[in-house]
Amino acid sequence: MGFLDYFKRSSQSAAVAKDRLQIIVARERTVKGAPDYLPQLQQELLQVIAKYELIDLGQVTVNVDKSGGCEVLELNVVLSANAKPKPPADPVAPVVAPASP
Amino acid sequence: MSKIVVVTSGKGGVGKTTTSANIATGIALTGKKTIAIDFDVGLRNLDLIMGVERRVIYDLVNVIKGEAKLQQAIIRDKHIENLYMLPASQTRDKDALDPEGIARVLEDLKQMGFEYIICDSPAGIEKGAQMAMYFADEAIVVTNPEVSSVRDSDRVLGLLAAKTSRAEQGGDPIKTHLLLTRYSPAQVARGEMLSVGDVLEILGIPFLGVIPESKAVLQASNKGAPVILDELTEVAQAYRDVVYRFLGEERPHRFIEQEKRGFLKRIFG
Ligand SMILES: Nc1ncnc2c1ncn2[C@@H]1O[C@H](COP(=O)(O)OP(=O)(O)OP(=O)(O)O)[C@@H](O)[C@H]1O
Ligand SMILES: [Mg+2]
Repeated sequence: MGFLDYFKRSSQSAAVAKDRLQIIVARERTVKGAPDYLPQLQQELLQVIAKYELIDLGQVTVNVDKSGGCEVLELNVVLSANAKPKPPADPVAPVVAPASP
Repeated sequence: MSKIVVVTSGKGGVGKTTTSANIATGIALTGKKTIAIDFDVGLRNLDLIMGVERRVIYDLVNVIKGEAKLQQAIIRDKHIENLYMLPASQTRDKDALDPEGIARVLEDLKQMGFEYIICDSPAGIEKGAQMAMYFADEAIVVTNPEVSSVRDSDRVLGLLAAKTSRAEQGGDPIKTHLLLTRYSPAQVARGEMLSVGDVLEILGIPFLGVIPESKAVLQASNKGAPVILDELTEVAQAYRDVVYRFLGEERPHRFIEQEKRGFLKRIFG
């Protein structure tokens, strides 16, 4: 590996590291002021969605937004490009998940 | 035949998780069905090093508590055939792992045809580390050429010989292997670092090899692809040699002595 490669590669891998971390930290961090059940809710939603193998599981975020005196539970599911819908063996309630723009 | 292998050290931060990921990957690349299990409850890491963190849904503790099936928790590597991993839980409950539960999981993995089960131990010599080693057939003792690490490895060797299923049942003892990681031949040559010979003399167990100190390890963890896949690096070659030796092949030892390198090679190599 030449030294030019070395510089190029190191900057690229750091960017990848940052992307990966942002996703995982958003998933694991407990939001301040959010209801206690939020992590559990997120985990259970993930489990339901995973049955369909629709998504890259990092791409699910659950959030509570406070705006104009009301709280909004926000669920974001990013569908992966090569998503193959696969109906699960055991029936579960359908999840309607609007992907954010 | 399945083999349960614990990667352990006593001292923290010496390279157990790095080694678990690379050895599991290396064994899988030889065509053997392999799973790496993260025993570091509360501080899971192996999923990140193997680049599967986004796909974690259930973990070892969920399986042991009966909250998920083993098949649901196992993550199959998308790039390497025969490679699987089982993540640790993020729970803070230190007693989440119990020997009966672990025994059941290991038995099921054997039934599923896993030939190598690699257990990534947490640091320390307390319960977590003891759970990771309890059912091991073989142990890879990861050591840095540094006094505190060598001393801790010695204590771990004592635990392996006393506080494990094989020790308690009076069977054949666990087969131990020394892996010296973060080794710097240049510092050894200058007399600033313990040499392979020094460490072997003190610990006196079979020697698997050295893994050189390398910047490529950080690059690999950034990307979430074990460094053994970065084939041109010395550290990848060192891990490959170690995998073959571990599987019983003879390989000459490399990366122990300082290489004489020309000026150009030092800059461009
Ligand atoms: N051969 C190496 N060269 C350079 N850095 C290394 C090498 N091996 C491991 N490291 C670095 O050392 C640090 C600790 O490695 P790792 O997480 O594998 O250790 P560990 O023994 O699993 O730690 P813990 O006891 O916390 O579980 C990491 O930052 C890793 O990138
Ligand atoms: Mg570790």
